[in-house]
Order: sequence, then C-alpha cells, then structure tokens
Amino acid sequence: MATVIMHRPLARGRAASRLRAVLKAAREAPQLAVVILGGLILIAIFADFIAPHDPTLPVKGAGVFDPPFWMPGGTTTTPLGTDFQGRDILSRLIYGARVSLIVGLMGTLVAGSIGTALGILSGYVGGWVDQIIMRVTDAWLALPAIVFAIFLAAMVGPSMWNIVIILGAVYWTRYARVIRGEVLTLREREYVKLAEIAGASKWRVIKRHILPNVMNTATVLASLTVGVVIIAEASLSFLGVGVPPPQPAWGLMLSEARSTLMAGQWWLTVFPGLCIALIVLATQLFGDWLRVRLDPQQRNL
Amino acid sequence: MGQFIVRRALYSIVTLFILSATIFLVVRFTGDPVALMAEASARPEDLDRIRQQWGLDRSWPVQYVTFMQNAFKGELGKSFNYRLPVSELYFQRLPNSLTLGLAATLISLLIGVPAGIISAVKVNSWWDNVAKVIALLGLSIPGFWLGLVLILVFSVWLRWLPTSGAGDWRHVVMPALALGWYFAASMLRLTRSSMLEVLGSEYIKLARLKGLPDVVVVAMHAFKNALIPVFTLAGVNMVVMVNAAVIIEVIFAWPGIGRLLYEGIFQRDFPLVQGVVIMAGFMIIGINLVVDILYAFIDPRIRLTR
Repeated sequence: MATVIMHRPLARGRAASRLRAVLKAAREAPQLAVVILGGLILIAIFADFIAPHDPTLPVKGAGVFDPPFWMPGGTTTTPLGTDFQGRDILSRLIYGARVSLIVGLMGTLVAGSIGTALGILSGYVGGWVDQIIMRVTDAWLALPAIVFAIFLAAMVGPSMWNIVIILGAVYWTRYARVIRGEVLTLREREYVKLAEIAGASKWRVIKRHILPNVMNTATVLASLTVGVVIIAEASLSFLGVGVPPPQPAWGLMLSEARSTLMAGQWWLTVFPGLCIALIVLATQLFGDWLRVRLDPQQRNL
Repeated sequence: MGQFIVRRALYSIVTLFILSATIFLVVRFTGDPVALMAEASARPEDLDRIRQQWGLDRSWPVQYVTFMQNAFKGELGKSFNYRLPVSELYFQRLPNSLTLGLAATLISLLIGVPAGIISAVKVNSWWDNVAKVIALLGLSIPGFWLGLVLILVFSVWLRWLPTSGAGDWRHVVMPALALGWYFAASMLRLTRSSMLEVLGSEYIKLARLKGLPDVVVVAMHAFKNALIPVFTLAGVNMVVMVNAAVIIEVIFAWPGIGRLLYEGIFQRDFPLVQGVVIMAGFMIIGINLVVDILYAFIDPRIRLTR
C-alpha cells in the first residue's frame, strides 16, 4: 500500500516535467523548419479541402500550359497555371506534398526499423550473426543508394508503397552500422553486465537497456534520412520507375515538364523543384537541431 | 602490413560475392525476364526456346556459377537488346562517364575547398554563414532539378550552352555542375572541419607564435595537412559520381554508363542492367580497398586496430 502512495505523486511529477520538456523543446526548435514542416504536413493532411481542383483531371474551361496568374494569359482559377493535360499545377503540388511526406516518413520508418533491429542484433549477439549482418551491410553499402533504388524499382515495378519498401530496403544500412557501433560500447556498460548477472534474458536486456539508449541516435539519423528519401523518391518518379501517373508526385511533375522545358514554360519545372528543395531544407534544419540537442558528442560534426 | 592487406582484400571479395548474389537473385525473383523480353503473344514453346538460347532453363546456382566464372574472365553476359557483349557496351560508354565524373569532381573541389577554407579561417563570421547556407542548399536542392533549371537559364533563355549530348567543354559544364553540386556541399563541410582541427593544433600555434603572417600559416602549414582527407574523399566521390550519375546523364542525354543503365531498364535488358550494377559495386569496393590500404600506409595505428 505504502509503495502505491509513494509512487503516485512521483509519476504525476514526472509526467508534468516531461510535458514541460516537450514544450520547451518546441520553443527552442528552429522556427523556420517548424513552420515549413508543420505547414506542409497540414497541407498534406487537408489536401482535399485546400486544393482548388481535382489533381488528376483537367480543369474545365482551362487550356493546356496556361501560365501563372500574374503573366499575360493567366487566370486566378488556376493560380500557378496548368500542365500538358490542363490540370491545375497548384492542386497537384498540394496533393504532391502528401506523396512526398508519406514516402519520406514511411520509407525512413522502414529503413530505421530494419537498420536499428539488425544493428542491435549484430552488436549485442555478436559472433557469426554479427559477421553475416555486417558483410551484407557492406555489400549493400557498396552500391550508390540511388543506383540500387533504381535497380530495385525497375525490377519490382512502380507503385507508391513499393517505393516505400524499396527505399527502406536501400537506406537501412547506415542505421545498422551506426547502431551496432553504439551497442558494442553499451554492451560493456556496468548496468548491462549487472542485468545479465541478475539473470535477465537477452530479449529483456535489449528491450530495457539497449533499445532506449540507441533511440536518440536512431531519431537523429531518421531526421537526416527523411530529406534523402524524399529526393530519392522524386528521382525515381522522375525516371519513371517511382510513383506512377496520374498520381501527383513532384518528381513525376518534373518529368512531365521536361518535354516543354525547351519552349520556356518554366513554371512547370520551377514550382515542383522549389517544393522539394523547401521540404528537404526544412528537414535538414530540423535534423541539425535535433542532432545537437539529442547527441552532444556529435556537436562538432 | 602484408597481413592487413590480405585480410582487407578478403573482406572486399566476400562483399563483392554477397553483392553479386543479391543482384543476381533480385533479377530472378522479381519476374520472368523471358516473358518481359518476348512479345505478349509468344507461345509457351517460343518462351522455352528463348530460355534455352539464353541459358535460363538451368537452375539458379548453375546460372550463378556460370555468371561469376564469366565475370572473372571480364565477360558480363550478352545484352538482350543490342545482341552485343555487355562488357563491350560498358567500356564503350565508360570514358564519357569518367570525363563527366572528373569534371564534376573538379567543380565540387573548386566550390567546396575555397569556401571551406574561408569559413574555417574566418569562423563564425559573415563568410562562415554564407558557407553554411551553401552547404545546406547543396543538400536540399536536388541535383537533377538544378540541371533542369540550368538548361532553362543557359540554354533556353540565354542560349549560351547546348542542352544535351557530348562534344566539347560546353557540353560538360552544366551536367558537371548539376552532378558536382551535392558533393560540393560535402567537400565544404569536410574542408571546414578539417581546417578547424588543424588550425587548433600545437604546431599551428607555434607558427603563429614565431610571428609568421596569417597567410603563410594558413597557406603553408595548415592547408597541406588539412587537405589530405579532403582529397581522399574527392577520389572516392569521383568513383561514386561516375556510377551514380543516372539522372543527370538522362537529363543531358550524356552517353555514359548511367544512361546505359536507364536504357537497359526500359528495354527490359536484364543482362545489361545486372552487368552495369555489378560493375558499379566492383568499382566502389575497389576504391574503398585502395583508400583503406593507403591510410594504413600513412597511419600505422590503423593496421593494428583492425
């Protein structure tokens, strides 16, 4: 009974201090990154309400290759102009944010989960398990990520969820390497040794002592991977092995714009690229900040 | 030293085997290449005939062993589409990729090294902030989009440079800039941190105490030592750029190995795709081996720790 009474205020105090810490972190985060990322996430979620037109169908009454509204021939019905099928660029950009964010976040999640799991397994179990995992990691790292991704995408066939799996399968290697290194030092720590002596199972040691300690590193890596994955998705879509048409993906829009680039229809090329650069810039800023915050050892990198 | 080289080389060979097996299996797991190659109306007998003709009726292990045997002889199989040996096609295109990779490496050094040095010498100044912005943009702006914008500005609007193909130096400028852009940022970051480390070391302090002017300290003493890792990375990056330039080569219709891979993918030419991808792995495993051995020569501690 006594323990229950003892624990309650403590737990409440802990929850409150955690909340305070989260609020403090939110204030300290780089504002530019938070505004851009938050804005794009909201746009992606509420795309159905914000987008003025259907992104996959031509706008009624609009022509093809209409310029943005401030140029002669442009109208405010299609503020950023129309593409080769007469579809609204702005609406396609808005829905494109959804594709980029889903692929970026889910691809990173897949890569991070595979890589963290294999890294822990490799570092903690050691022996031949470690050897096998690390040799496979080396082999997969030997190919430039984008070449490997293009190769897999070409073999598996295009769809948004295939791309998520493929990018996860390509980018897990760096997590495995870094997490393994960290686990190797964690394994030698006193509290891990003591837990083992106390009879804790391997699974319990991993769950209670190893995993919580590598989460910071995994989070930092993840924040820096999102942008890389987003660019990779755009690259695959651009080459025609990524998100298939008529889905509105930014990379696909750039690919469709290529044929009319020579005619000087710049808005088809400039806007989707700016969107990609903006979202990746925001994730980079956020990742840099997170790295300094969560991992003091990496501050000089 | 000899032991270190042998062990390191064995690791590389194991890595190469795992990589080739992975690629080999992915190609065969993900679909029947013969069905992709033949017309949709082909009869089963026709498919069997094609299979036999290309040796695809044999079991996978047999196919893999044959493939590796040929690979060691420098034969990467025969392209479905061109009806030519893959190695012949590959080495026809390789010089173009090397040219582009070299030009992109030069550009990444020309942007990254001076900017990195200035930002390290004048740390936390206005210059340092400019360099940080360049580094950030290098990572954020996709190279292939930069390529498209360059075409728009310099070919369509200003009409200074040709949009595509290979020829004289004017054909190389834009693809090299688009390809080297991302790597310039990594050069900048590395030069900056390497210079900062050297500038904080004892012998630089001594040089300053002797009363040497700043220019001499930076140019004669710091520069030389700080640039060893930078040039190493430049070498590795060049090999990566030679192999990873697929999109840039497609955009600028540059006749290199990246475009060969792209063509292979769209013509469902799987021996070609397999060959180009394995060669990429081979080159990168090779350069990493060379760099590790060179470093072991320079720094004896490395030989002992591994």
